[in-house]
Amino acid sequence: MHICGLREVILQVLAVLLLFLQHKGGGSGPAAGASMLWKLSKRPLPIQEQTVKDEKGRYMRFHGAFTGGFSAGYFNTVGSKEGWAPSTFVSSRQQKAEWQGSRPEDFMDEEDFSEHGIAPHEITTTDDFVSRRRNPISEKAQAISSMQASFPADRLLDFLVPARTSIGVELLKKMGWKEGQGLGPRVRKRPKAETRTYGCEIPPNSSEESEEEDFHLENVTFAPKDVMPVDFTVKDDVRGLGYQGLDPLQALGGGSEPVHINLFSAESDRTSSLFGGRSAGQQRKRGVAGQAFGVGALEDEDADIYHRDTMSNYDSVLGGEEPGDGLYGWTAPQQYRRSQKDTMKDASYLGKILEGFTLASKAAETKTVFPPPVLPRDFKPVHYFRPVVDSSTVSPQLAKALEMSHGQVSNQPLQQGSRHQLDSSQRRELLGESSIKGSAAAVIVFKLCTSGVAAAKLMAQRAQSRRLLSTESVPSPETEAFTAWNSPTIDISSAFRPFEKNPHKQARYELYISRLKQGEKDALDQSLDPTMTEWERGRERDEFVRAALLYKPRSSCLASRFTRSQHDEDDPDSVEVTRDQENNVDDKQSAVGMKMFGKLTRDTFEWHPDKLLCKRFNIPDPYPSSGIVGMPKVKKDKFSVFNFLTVTDTILEEKSVSSTSTSQGRSLPSQAFLRLRNKHIKFWKSH
Amino acid sequence: GEDVGRKLLRMELPVDGNYLLTCGSDKTLRLWSVGRGTLLKTYTGHGYEVLDADGSYDNSQLCSCSSDKTVILWDVATGQVTRKLRGHAGKVNCVRFNEEASVILSGSIDGSVRCWDTRSRKMEPIQILDEARDGISSLKVSEHELLSGSVDGRVRRYDLRMGQLHVDFINSPITCVCFSQDGQCTLTSSLDSSVRLLDKNTGEMLGEYVGHQNKSYKLDCCLSNKDTHVLSCSEDGHVYYWDLVEGSISLKLPVGKGVVQSLSFHPTEPCLLTAMEGSVQVWGAVPEVKEEAAD
Repeated sequence: MHICGLREVILQVLAVLLLFLQHKGGGSGPAAGASMLWKLSKRPLPIQEQTVKDEKGRYMRFHGAFTGGFSAGYFNTVGSKEGWAPSTFVSSRQQKAEWQGSRPEDFMDEEDFSEHGIAPHEITTTDDFVSRRRNPISEKAQAISSMQASFPADRLLDFLVPARTSIGVELLKKMGWKEGQGLGPRVRKRPKAETRTYGCEIPPNSSEESEEEDFHLENVTFAPKDVMPVDFTVKDDVRGLGYQGLDPLQALGGGSEPVHINLFSAESDRTSSLFGGRSAGQQRKRGVAGQAFGVGALEDEDADIYHRDTMSNYDSVLGGEEPGDGLYGWTAPQQYRRSQKDTMKDASYLGKILEGFTLASKAAETKTVFPPPVLPRDFKPVHYFRPVVDSSTVSPQLAKALEMSHGQVSNQPLQQGSRHQLDSSQRRELLGESSIKGSAAAVIVFKLCTSGVAAAKLMAQRAQSRRLLSTESVPSPETEAFTAWNSPTIDISSAFRPFEKNPHKQARYELYISRLKQGEKDALDQSLDPTMTEWERGRERDEFVRAALLYKPRSSCLASRFTRSQHDEDDPDSVEVTRDQENNVDDKQSAVGMKMFGKLTRDTFEWHPDKLLCKRFNIPDPYPSSGIVGMPKVKKDKFSVFNFLTVTDTILEEKSVSSTSTSQGRSLPSQAFLRLRNKHIKFWKSH
Repeated sequence: GEDVGRKLLRMELPVDGNYLLTCGSDKTLRLWSVGRGTLLKTYTGHGYEVLDADGSYDNSQLCSCSSDKTVILWDVATGQVTRKLRGHAGKVNCVRFNEEASVILSGSIDGSVRCWDTRSRKMEPIQILDEARDGISSLKVSEHELLSGSVDGRVRRYDLRMGQLHVDFINSPITCVCFSQDGQCTLTSSLDSSVRLLDKNTGEMLGEYVGHQNKSYKLDCCLSNKDTHVLSCSEDGHVYYWDLVEGSISLKLPVGKGVVQSLSFHPTEPCLLTAMEGSVQVWGAVPEVKEEAAD
């Protein structure tokens, strides 16, 4: 009684729970639940409670399937108005009906076909059109599984050749290859070396064995072992090496008992992950996949449905629960410790030695470091070509070295007939070409980059910086000038003349330059004017050196592309004006006011017409040798005393005389004009 | 007349006097027959109003200049643009062929006279004469000389044969210059309402002609076919005739109400053409015959 009461209470509670669950909805769940409860209570559930509702709340009709009855559909009548007729029924009198067989899909409804059902319908590409990327993975998987698998089931399956194998595989098979074998020439030896025997091994020199082996060896060759495919997939995550992650199938599923999943297995080989990591036992047979399939309503594998995952299945600490070797710091007593030598070695290395490693016996080789070369104090990172050196003045070794390196040793005769040993200057002589103007390319570039005032500034800066660093190592500007100008190919006439205004100075400067060109070291002293005072000479010497450095000769190949600017930056106070200027305007204006045209109002200038213009006008060029076009221009100071002075009458008169003198020898004037002129003259004379 | 609104800017009577060139503000250049007064051809191609035109000695080519800073060389018969010469920095005021039509000379408001070569295919001028300090208003060419009048008040004569430049100071902006028929004098009209005859060699003034009105417009002046008279347009709608030697007004020709801008004397016959507003008037030998050619 007492027990019954308790049972009843429990049942009541369960019934409430069941009602609650029923109310919540769900299809198979509550049904199963009800049956479960029914099983527990062992009392028959009244018919009115034996109801099942699907997700939409509709009562599901089993047509007496579970209660032993059968009530056909269509308002409890059979099939149709006419009665129930199976869809596949065909009168066998006329035609034979084909037994289509019942597939599991026949017993499914749209819930089963949905995404989360047991047989989801999804659109996939057929084998004809499936992209090739998926196939290698499955092929690899097949290959690996065929290798790893020990039981013959998979081997037997391999006999079922799929319709689609590549032509290479077919060819190989025709030539005698089998799946799982390697490629290459057949090997005589048995792959016995791979297998390691632990424990006792039969000595290899047994006569019986050798016979057998020889027998084997003579007749049989073996295919080479197949190569394990290396996974070349690029690691693109930041996980550790060998990290596989949690396999959802393993975690949520296949086995009946919760399996301890080892996240950090020794088999960290990623090849096993190529086909999803499912072990052979877990692979589901072909067919419908899904969790609930294959589980009958009365079967015991219901635990899977309510499989709950617990965190105790997973590792929370790397390397197991207990770090270290389980000794908890216990060390063996002295006598059991390692030998002295080992400790000596270990002592030299402070710190824990990694497992599996030991200190090396030989120390690693120290790398020899080669320091960079020491630069000489006066080293300049600019290359100058070696100047032409007379072979007689230098030592014989130096001369020979220069000869060897095709240095510019002068007076070098033609080598005996070998045209390949000619220097460019020699070739130039042979060909009779004009010598090129200019110096080394590097210096040209440097000059182009820095020109004029900028170059001077740069020079000054460099000189200053050098002076700060060291005083003696600076190559004196004199020698620099020497190197710059010392070349037979420089044309002096095209160089800029810095001392135009002072012709004597210019002449001395040119003498200096020409001496430099010829390679005289003391050109400077020789070209100075001995009549000048010491101080003046010193000044001139500095000026010459600076000018020689500043106005270095330009290379001809680039000189044609550049020209000196019209507006000389060095001389901002002067401007280019026409040489002949007009007379004072005020005088002219007053002359016009007085109507005294003529000498006061007329100006005459020299003007050069263009040669082509003269040609077109059919006129001989008045200035055939002149290169100027238009009025000759001259540089004048912008601000000059003469701008503020007025021109005196005497100058005017001179000018007008010159103008009238040029216009003599003309044709006779016309009659009317003569009359007019006489009239004017009369007028003037009367006054 | 088709285009009454069209304003006639200039008018030229090329060498033999049978044809008349008119340049209009409608960007066209027209060729007329003087005798019949009919339009022969229209030349279009300028971008702005045409300011001056000249014909070659054989009437095969025309040159014209415009406010679009270009000088165009035309082929008369086909009406095609033979060359479009660019280079001036401002509107080109005057253009002239030389004797053999091998050079075109153009003067512009930018103060330069450019000499263009018609024989070669060069697009650059042979020479640029930029001595003037203000715009060039008028240009004339003789066998060996160039005469340019500038707004800076100076007449410049470039003598190619002697290689000299003669500058005559007039003190007021010059509107027109021209050579006399005998080549000994130059006639200049300026904005102080006076026309002066200057001696070419000395620069002396041989005659001054006043009485007309020329204060703001660029008006033409010329000499009669035998150098007997000096003619000038005027802003009061008349054409003034002066006796060259006397300097007195011998005739005051009433042309119309507006400004008489351009006039051109026939090279050989005593025949005058005047342009005013949108029409050209042809005047026969001293004022008996008067024909109108409206365009």
